[in-house]
Amino acid sequence: MATNAPSRPGRTLLAMALILVGLLAWAFWPGTANSPRLGLDLQGGTQVILTPKPVTEGASITDEQLTQTVEIIRQRVNGIGVAEAEITVQGSGDSAAIIVAVPGVTQERLVELVGRTALLDFRAVWSIASPVPATDDTTGGDSTDIVVDDTQITTGNEIVQAPENTPEFAAGVAALDCLKPENIAGGTPDNPVEWLGTCANDGSAKYTLQPAFIRGTNVTEATAVLPQQGVGGWVVSLTFDSEGASALSQASQELFSLPDCTPGGASPCNAFAIVLDGVVVSAPRFNEPILGGQAQIEGNFNAEEAQDLANVLNFGALPVTLEVAEITSVSATLGGDSLRAGLIAGGIGMVIIIVFLMAYYRALGIVAVLSLLIAGLMTYAAFVALGNSIGYTLTLAGIAGAIVAIGITADSFIVYFERIRDEIRNGRSLRQAAENGWLGARRTIIAADFVTLLAAIVLYIVSVGNVRGFAFALGLTTIVDVVIAFLLTRPLVTYFARSKWMQRGSWFTGLDASRFGDVEVDLSPTVARTPVAAREGR
Amino acid sequence: MGLLGGFGARLYSGQSSIDFVGRRRTWYIVSAIILIIAIAALLIRGLNLGVEFRGGAVYTVPQASCSVIDARETTADVLGSTPTVTETGAGLLRVQTEALDQATSLRVIEALATTCGVAEEAISVQLVGPSWGQEITSKAIQALLVFLVLVTIFLSIYFEWRMAVAALVALAHDVLITIGIYALLGLQVTPATVIGVLTILGYSLYDTVVVFDKVKEDTRGITAQSMMTYGDAANKAVNQVLIRSINTSITSLLPVIAIIIVGAGILGAGTLLDLAVALAIGMAAGTYSSIFIATPVLVELKERQPEIKSLAVRVHARRAGQARERQPRSTTSPSSADGGEGGDGNDAGEASEAEIELGDSTIIAGPRTQPRRQPRSKRSGPK
Repeated sequence: MATNAPSRPGRTLLAMALILVGLLAWAFWPGTANSPRLGLDLQGGTQVILTPKPVTEGASITDEQLTQTVEIIRQRVNGIGVAEAEITVQGSGDSAAIIVAVPGVTQERLVELVGRTALLDFRAVWSIASPVPATDDTTGGDSTDIVVDDTQITTGNEIVQAPENTPEFAAGVAALDCLKPENIAGGTPDNPVEWLGTCANDGSAKYTLQPAFIRGTNVTEATAVLPQQGVGGWVVSLTFDSEGASALSQASQELFSLPDCTPGGASPCNAFAIVLDGVVVSAPRFNEPILGGQAQIEGNFNAEEAQDLANVLNFGALPVTLEVAEITSVSATLGGDSLRAGLIAGGIGMVIIIVFLMAYYRALGIVAVLSLLIAGLMTYAAFVALGNSIGYTLTLAGIAGAIVAIGITADSFIVYFERIRDEIRNGRSLRQAAENGWLGARRTIIAADFVTLLAAIVLYIVSVGNVRGFAFALGLTTIVDVVIAFLLTRPLVTYFARSKWMQRGSWFTGLDASRFGDVEVDLSPTVARTPVAAREGR
Repeated sequence: MGLLGGFGARLYSGQSSIDFVGRRRTWYIVSAIILIIAIAALLIRGLNLGVEFRGGAVYTVPQASCSVIDARETTADVLGSTPTVTETGAGLLRVQTEALDQATSLRVIEALATTCGVAEEAISVQLVGPSWGQEITSKAIQALLVFLVLVTIFLSIYFEWRMAVAALVALAHDVLITIGIYALLGLQVTPATVIGVLTILGYSLYDTVVVFDKVKEDTRGITAQSMMTYGDAANKAVNQVLIRSINTSITSLLPVIAIIIVGAGILGAGTLLDLAVALAIGMAAGTYSSIFIATPVLVELKERQPEIKSLAVRVHARRAGQARERQPRSTTSPSSADGGEGGDGNDAGEASEAEIELGDSTIIAGPRTQPRRQPRSKRSGPK
């Protein structure tokens, strides 16, 4: 940008103004949040860091598995109706970490939701009904009351359970609405020894199910295979352990003789349901009694569907095992205190730097302070804008990074101002000094900021959690620093250097003679002089 | 402030000068002593690792009607082992235990809430699995290595490899001192401390870059003259950049100190304080090392370079010559007017010649009248 040619401070300042206005518009556009998104350590809430481990020893974790895992966790957390839950993956492969942050939820509930592997069981189907809630005339007018009255019936968001198939239970099931998204999301584990009323995971039907006859743990292997005959597409082949095999043989013999299940048809009927996390993922029919502990699920699957079902049967829902690495829950009070402390520290830091710069550099200090304030405004706007657009959350570590950056931003001014003084000591006029000083300072500022930026980027890529928030803030403010130094500080100094008042060199300019010892200094450009080269060469 | 400005001016013009390069042995000894203490502390006392690294649980109980002893006994009743309970600023109690599972942790929360008469939600909790800390640590080390490689490449391109090496020596110096002080004072190492140390990497280099940039500028084309050695030029550069370096350090330290004061006053402990303490130590060390360590080490490395070495020989010879001119009657034999065929054995003859020439002409004293003596390596003739 600025070369040896006389600079055009006006243009540069205009560019700065455009950038600033653009950023402010982006950040404070009506209808978006006007403050940064705060991390849990500042507003209170629970955060769980989970480290995924491969299910089989020695295998590695694929990005696909991570995405799948995050999706499942998201379903579960949304299932409890929490707004603003934030689930992020940091890192990739075996070193990845999944961070689940939820404001205002107790840690007990959150960990239970995300940490466990999904519950899988096989239940005989009692009856299948249409997904919509039954009307009053089929269930009796008091269906809603019954659910409330009977303590033995528990209703989660999407399931109805009871120890026996009582009229109350049936009424509860009838009232269930399988068209509601939260009722088919899964996430509420069912109690295998009780009756269960729940929905198909695609919302197509509503099931009344008997207690489980096989648990997910009884499945030793599930694979997706394409049978030789190729009729009916892919199937999922299942192998059970001995307990599962005998339960299956008994259940299949009982169920095989029953009529087919149809909505509103006979109960019990010939089908069993594979229930995952409280919802029915598949409800196959028995074609024959299965005696050997080997079964196939047919269902006109394509390759992907068959593989998904096999995965579910093998691993529960999660394709990986999750280890809870860290749980942090911060009370709202402590969060508020932290935020206040961070802001106060930042404010005090800013004020003492302003005092220092004004005392030492006087008039040039005004430029520095102005630059610093604009830099602060830009940083705040960037936090807001990034919160709105990419969901960046500001944590305490991020605030600390920003405060540290105040000092680094001030460093850039000092490098420039000291260069100007050096040039004046070398006998340059103020105008020349401002120009020449910039050339030297520019190089130093770029090199030094580049090193800081490099540190921030490496930290961001490699690290996890808090460190990341800090690195992001540090990198962001370093970029702001460069923008401010080039587009604001530099042209402002040029204007100052051109003013007659500064060239007169009164004490307030910070460039008065006393600052230069006994070196003869003349700041005005009118007198031609030679640099004080003799001193240099001594 | 005016005083500092005047001092800066004297440093710049060379009226005042601190011999950073020449007295490097002194600085090395100072640093060596600090480093030995730091390493000894690290080996003997070790680091006081926070729960994030060891695994464990921390409960922060707000202003409440229970004492440290109450909290300790309540927790001990649940766990069967005694926790560490400390009082932090603003009436917060910090209860620290070994790694707990979820269910036990909930019982601790319940007990603490009952004893201290606060709601369960008001208690902040941090539960860390034992392997998590190792993961953070290994990631930090990974970050460190990647950063060091990249920064070495950058500095080697931007400056030269010698400057990169000198900068890394200074960096290692700063980080070791910071960690050593942590060990010495028994301060707790948390992930925030790790962030702080990693930031020191960036900061220490920032400082060194500012100094080296000036050194690079001032030593450009230095081999073309014979007035100053590389060490002299580097020393002058450091003196000129000293005020800048002090000021940037002050401005960097001021907000960090603000964090320490506010962090300690309002929160007692936590991310802010941990981070700021590490930063403050590291920044102070970084300022010191960029001036007292980085530059002398650089000069040391540079003076092994043949052209810089020959420059030093040239400059010293020239100075010796100047010294002789001021004391023409000196008994030491000045060897000048080396015609090229002269070897070591000819010194006596040359000396007499020179004495005759100088004996009656004090007027021609001055460097320009003196024929330049070639450095030994450039002199031709049989050995």
